[in-house]
Amino acid sequence: MCDSAEMDRTEWMGLLARAPAAEVARLWAECGLPEPAHDWLRPPETGAVMVRGRAGATGAPFNLGEMTVTRCALRLADGRDGHAWVQGRDKAHARRAALADALMQGAEADHLRAALLAPLAEAEAEGRAALARRAAATKVEFFTLMRGDS
Amino acid sequence: MYVAVKGGERAIDAAHDWLAEARRGDPGVAGLTLAQIREQLALTVARVMAEGALYDPDLAALAIKQTRGDLIEAIFLIRAYKTTLPRLGAARPVETGAMLCARRISATFKDVPGGQILGPTFDYTHRLLDFALAAEGEAPADPNAESPQAEGEPRPVPHVLGYLDREGVIQPEPAPEPESAARPPDLTRQPMELPADRPLRLQALARGDEGFLLGLAYSSQRGYGRNHPFVGELRIGMVAVEVDIPELGFAVEIGTVELTECETVNQFAGSKTEPAQFTRGYGLVFGQSERKAIAMALVDRALRWQELGEDDTGAPIQDEEFVLMHADNVQATGFLEHIKLPHYVDFQSELELVRRLRREAAESPRKDAAE
Repeated sequence: MCDSAEMDRTEWMGLLARAPAAEVARLWAECGLPEPAHDWLRPPETGAVMVRGRAGATGAPFNLGEMTVTRCALRLADGRDGHAWVQGRDKAHARRAALADALMQGAEADHLRAALLAPLAEAEAEGRAALARRAAATKVEFFTLMRGDS
Repeated sequence: MYVAVKGGERAIDAAHDWLAEARRGDPGVAGLTLAQIREQLALTVARVMAEGALYDPDLAALAIKQTRGDLIEAIFLIRAYKTTLPRLGAARPVETGAMLCARRISATFKDVPGGQILGPTFDYTHRLLDFALAAEGEAPADPNAESPQAEGEPRPVPHVLGYLDREGVIQPEPAPEPESAARPPDLTRQPMELPADRPLRLQALARGDEGFLLGLAYSSQRGYGRNHPFVGELRIGMVAVEVDIPELGFAVEIGTVELTECETVNQFAGSKTEPAQFTRGYGLVFGQSERKAIAMALVDRALRWQELGEDDTGAPIQDEEFVLMHADNVQATGFLEHIKLPHYVDFQSELELVRRLRREAAESPRKDAAE
């Protein structure tokens, strides 16, 4: 959805949160970075976030229902902070997302962009494109039929 | 009145052991995995998420497995689990206009920009049982087979009602009260107070029982509080959920949820001073659940009768208290099912009373005859 070379912090945090936990784990293991030492500012915690809609899609906000979310915050030895809020209940997913967020703010950024963010962004974009092509195949043209003779 | 009883522990343990065995069924048949439930009973999972009011497909699948497919019991488990979760915050309202639609249809306009996208629908199927699915060892899907595809970009499609809105022929969505917009009423935090405003009603309906809303909506179509609905637009797809993170000072997307949205175009109202305009009903539900979304839109519209200056016809669907106080199936089943629990003391006192009344009735004619 977003170009990994241009991606800013809100974009990479969103990408890491939307990505399947298993994909983040796999790419993290493959990207060859040692897991950096860190202190927890807030250890991983699972909770709920209230999702809201709007009446008539544009009007008054209302509470639709909650979703599960896991959040954490950590600090690397060199003082960089990493934050994560990710959908679901997977604490390892939140930890990896927070580590990536911290590392993206320093020398490891280029490597992480290429080895982690780019493949996640590509997979997401391909998933969206595939859905759009599949949906387009079900696009219909309805014809209204004339009634009577005239 | 329910009076507590003691004892029966051994019988209760044995009953629960049997329940566990019954849940598993014939051990010669492979057990269901949560992934199978999540992937192959997706609409059941959607219903449990919507009425449990918690979006988490794996938890919904677990609840369905644990309750042997008793959906209200599963919804109950989700609601109970939800109370153990800390509330980490509230998201910004989702932008359904930015939805990546798997389905998007309009019953009011044939040629709608973005097109009529059927998506994975039961519509236009023949409703004939497919015995091929009953065959043991269903043929595995051919991984090389191409599914039908067409040129299409993953772009958002505009809301159909936006066109009516720009032309001024539909009532615009009223601007929200600033306070309610910042903190909409939340019936999971404060008990529901009546009269309810529209945001509170929409929350109650979004988690309300599908069958109850379907029955109410159908009753209005049959004449009990008619509001002449057209499905202006029905869309199903994924939307991103964005939250303001206080410690960072900016908003990030924390995930995506599948939603079904229905906007109805309803009977118009007008007066000497105001030109005729259509009115709206709105339904928004977790997961793929279009029956519920359409029913919700009809009920939402019916409950707006006062705001739109209509008459109270006395129809159940117009009665806010009737609708909102009876839409929650966990509350309803809790009160309904409690009457099967021991009411021995209660019943004994009533039995005594009936016996006494009968005794007195039997004695009085004799007394009358003697006089």
